[in-house]
Amino acid sequence: MKKILEKYEPIIGLEIHTQLSTASKAYSSDGTTYGAMPNTQTNAISLGHPGTLPMPNATVYEFAVRLGLACSCQIRERNEYARKNYFYADLPKGYQITQDTTPICTGGFVDIEDANGDPKRIGLTRIHMEEDSGKSIHDIDPFNTLIDLNRAGTPLLEIVSEPDFRTGQEAYNYLSEMRKLVRYLEISDGNMEEGSLRCDVNVSIRPIGREKFGTKVEVKNMNSFRNVQRAIDYEIKRQYELYENNEEVHQQTRTFDAAKGKTILLRAKEDAHDYRYFPEPDIQPVSVKQDYINSVKAELPPLPSELLAKYLGLGLSEYDAKLLTESKDIALYFEAIIGHTKNHKQAANWLMGSIKSYLNEKAVAIKDFPLSAKTIAELIALVDAGTVSNSAANGDLFKALLEQPNTSPKQLAQELNLMQESDSDALLELVQSVLQKYPAKVAEYQGGKKGLMGLFMGEVMKLSKGKADPKVTTKLVQQELEK
Amino acid sequence: MEFTTLDEIKIELNNGSLSCEKLVQHYLQNINARKNLNAFIEVYDKEAIARAQQVDQKIQNKTAGRLAGMVIGLKDNLCFKDHGLTASSKILNDFESLFSGTAVERLLKEDAIIIGRLNCDEFAMGSSNEFSTYGPVLNPVNETKVPGGSSGGSATAVAANLCLATLGSDTGGSIRQPASFCGVVGFKPSYGRISRHGLIAYGSSFDQIGPFSHSVKDTALMYEIMAGADEFDSTLSRKKIETSNFDSSVSTPKKIGYLKECLDSDKLDPEIRQEVNTLIEKLKSEGHTVEPVSSPYLDYLVPVYYVLTTAEASSNLARYDGVHYGYRSPNATDLESTYKLSRTEGFGNEVKRRIVLGTFVLSSGYYDAYYTQAQKARRLIQDQTNEVFQKFDFILSPTTPGTAFDIGREKTDPTVMYLEDIFTVQANICGIPAISLPIGQHSNGMPFGIQLMAAKFAEKELLEFSDELMNKA
Repeated sequence: MKKILEKYEPIIGLEIHTQLSTASKAYSSDGTTYGAMPNTQTNAISLGHPGTLPMPNATVYEFAVRLGLACSCQIRERNEYARKNYFYADLPKGYQITQDTTPICTGGFVDIEDANGDPKRIGLTRIHMEEDSGKSIHDIDPFNTLIDLNRAGTPLLEIVSEPDFRTGQEAYNYLSEMRKLVRYLEISDGNMEEGSLRCDVNVSIRPIGREKFGTKVEVKNMNSFRNVQRAIDYEIKRQYELYENNEEVHQQTRTFDAAKGKTILLRAKEDAHDYRYFPEPDIQPVSVKQDYINSVKAELPPLPSELLAKYLGLGLSEYDAKLLTESKDIALYFEAIIGHTKNHKQAANWLMGSIKSYLNEKAVAIKDFPLSAKTIAELIALVDAGTVSNSAANGDLFKALLEQPNTSPKQLAQELNLMQESDSDALLELVQSVLQKYPAKVAEYQGGKKGLMGLFMGEVMKLSKGKADPKVTTKLVQQELEK
Repeated sequence: MEFTTLDEIKIELNNGSLSCEKLVQHYLQNINARKNLNAFIEVYDKEAIARAQQVDQKIQNKTAGRLAGMVIGLKDNLCFKDHGLTASSKILNDFESLFSGTAVERLLKEDAIIIGRLNCDEFAMGSSNEFSTYGPVLNPVNETKVPGGSSGGSATAVAANLCLATLGSDTGGSIRQPASFCGVVGFKPSYGRISRHGLIAYGSSFDQIGPFSHSVKDTALMYEIMAGADEFDSTLSRKKIETSNFDSSVSTPKKIGYLKECLDSDKLDPEIRQEVNTLIEKLKSEGHTVEPVSSPYLDYLVPVYYVLTTAEASSNLARYDGVHYGYRSPNATDLESTYKLSRTEGFGNEVKRRIVLGTFVLSSGYYDAYYTQAQKARRLIQDQTNEVFQKFDFILSPTTPGTAFDIGREKTDPTVMYLEDIFTVQANICGIPAISLPIGQHSNGMPFGIQLMAAKFAEKELLEFSDELMNKA
C-alpha cells in the first residue's frame, strides 16, 4: 500500500445510511421494533396499499436537525420530498420517498484522525431524510425469495461525505466517529450488524499531481467497519493494478465479498437505473424554522468532541479523556461524578478502574450500575480525607456497597471497621503513649538514629489495630519527637 | 316513488310512510331492472338491508345521523373496509381494502347506507367509462351513448335512480363531465378539502373526491360532512368548512366571468353556445355583472394536465406489480417476468398509454423539456386564474363542448377524447372548486351541464350561487 500511495492518490467518499430510532415509521404509525416477527410491523400504509398516503413523522426532522447541528451543517428551511422510482420486490410502493434537490442539511464536517493519528477534517456534502425498503430474504426458502416488510418505511438519514478520505483506515475512523455521534445524539442505535448503520463507498485513484479525477467505482454491501476498510484497500489495489497494466477502470457498482476479501462486479454503468426523481405530491413541503432549530439546539446533548476538550482542560490525560468519551453513557456518568467532586483524576480512575471491571465482569451497561455517581464521589472524598485507605475503598468497601447500594459509604466503612484513624487528638494520645513506652529509643532517635521511625510507626499501628492514617501518624510522630 | 332529494325522503321517513329498509328495497329493484346499464360492479344487497334496519332503529330512537335515509354508491376507487376495490382494473382482481377512507368513514358516521360499488374507467383514466375491465357503462338517458367518465357508473346510478347519491373522483373532470352527460349535479371541491386517504391515486396533485346528486343542497350536505383535515393526508387544508346557506332571499349581485375564447370555439356545439349566451343575458338582466375574461393559456391547459397527471400516475401505479397483491400473471417465472407479464396482462390499454407517457416525461434527458416546463406552465395558469378571481366571483362555461357521444367513438382516437377535458381541467390544475349543473337540454334529447368555478376554498359561495341558478332554470 505504501508503494501505491507514493505514486497514486486515492479519492474516497462515503455514503452512510443510518436508521433512526423513532418509535414509529417515517410516514405511518407502524412500529419499528427490530427483530419482530416478519410482516407484523406493517399496516396498509407501509404495505403500500391502494388509497394510502404518507404522513410525515415530525421526529424525523428533529433527528435530522440534531445531526445537522452536531456536524455544523446549514439547515434548510423549506424541505421538499421527492420520489425515487424503481421496481424491487421489497419496495412496496414502487418508489422510495426521499429528498432530491433540497436535502435538509448541507455542508458541515466531522473531525477524525488520519492513519497516523493526526487530526483530519472530513467535509459533508449533504444529509437528507428518506425511508427504508423492506427486506428480501434469499436463504430461508430454497425456491422462493421471502419478503419482510417490517423495515419498509423506517426513517433513514443518508449522510454523504465529500471525497476527503485517502485510506481505508480513515474511513474506519470516520465510521467509528459517526456511530459515536448518532449514539450521543440518541437518533440511532448505530448497530451495523442489525443494519441500522450501512455504508457505501466511492473509490477512485489518480496519479499524484494529476488534476483530473480517476473513474469512480461504487462498492456496496459491507457489513462491518473493518470490511469497509478492507473493501477500500482492496479497491485501491485493484485500480492501481489496472492503471499499472495500462488497463481501463470502468465505472461500475461492485459488492464486497468478505470471505474472499475481494470486490465483485454487481452492475456496469450501462445498467444504471433512471430513477425519475420528481417532487412527492403527497407531502406538503415542510418548513424548518430558525426558532425550531434553536429549540433543538438548546436540547442538544453534550457532544463527544466537546466533552473531550473539556476533560483535557480538566487536566486528564488524552488517553483517559478518549476512553471516557468513547461512550455517551460512560461520559454522562463521569459528568455526574465530577458534579460532586473536584478530584477529576480520581473520578476517572474509579470509572476506568473498579467500575469498568465490575461492568465487564457482570456484563452490564453503566446504565445498570447499582451505585450512584454521588456515592462514588463520597468514596473519593473518604479517601481524600484519609478516612479510608484507597485500597480499602476500591476493595472491601466497594464490594460491600454493591451489596447495599443505598447505604452511605461512610456508615458502611464504620460498620466494617475500615475507617482509618486520622482524628489527630485520638492519634496524638496513641503516639504519646508509644513514645512514653520507649524513652530510650526516643533518646536514640533524637541522637540521630532516624531509622527508629519505623518502630514508632509500627507500634502506633498496632495500638490502632491498623486504622491509623499513616500520613497523619508520621506527621504526629515527627512533631512529638522534635519537640 | 322516485326521490330526488334527501329532504323528500326525510319527510316520508318522519311521517312513517317510508322506512330505510323499504327505500333500499326500492333501489335494489331499480338496480335489478336496469342491470344492463352496467353501473354497479357489486351490489351490497344484504348488507345494505341490514344497515337500513339499523338506521330505521336509530330513527325511531331519535339518534340517527344527518344522512339517515341517504342511500349511496361508491366509485370503485374508494376504499371501504373489507369490500372489493379494483379501480375497474384486472390488476386489482379480488383485492379487498383493509380500511375505509376518510370520506367514506364520515358519511357512514352520519348513517349513510352504502348499496354498492360503481363501475368507472380503469384507474379513473378516461372520459367515457369504456376503459373498464367490467365493460362500458351505458348512459341511462340514451343507452347508445356513453355516460362520460371516468366516474361514469356514479353519474349513471344517480341519473337512473339506482341510489340517491354517489361518490366519484375528479382529476381532470371525471365528476363534472359525466354529471353533464347524464343530467345530474357533479361537484369537485378545492384540492385539499376532502381527504384523499382512501382514494386510489391517479394524479396525486389533481385528484379530489366529490359527490353526485340531484340537488345542490344534497351536494353541499355531503361535501360539508366529508371535508376537513384528517390525520392521514398532509396536503389537506386546515381552513374552516363553512356551511352553505340556501336562503335565496339573501342573494346579492355577483361578478361572473366567462371564457370568451371557449364560447367562440368552433369545437363547441352551437346549441350549447346558445344556451350559455341565453344564460349570460338572463344573469345580466337579474343585476349580475357578466363579462368576458381572457384565457391566454387555453392552449396549454390540456397538455399541462396530461404531462403532470401521467407523470404522477406512472409513479402511483408502480405499486401494482404482481408481487404483493392483486393480479399476478400465471406465466411469470421470476421477478422480472412477474413485473412485465402481470402489468402487461393486468392493465388496460389506456392505462398503459398514460404510464408510458408519464414515464417518458420524467425520464432523464426529457424531464426538463416536459415535466419542468409543465410545472412552470401550471404555476402561470394558477397565477392567472387567481388574478381573475380577484375581480370575479365565478367563471361560467359549458362543462363539455358537446353532449354525450356514441359508445365506441372514442376508442379509435384517444386525442379526440382528450379534448373532452378542455373546460374541466383548469379547476384541477388550479386546485379550485367547480361544479356542473344540469341546466341544459339539447334538441338531440341529451342533457348538458353548465360549469361554475370559484376561487380556491370558496365552496360556500359557489354552492349557494349554484342553488340559485338551479332554482331559476
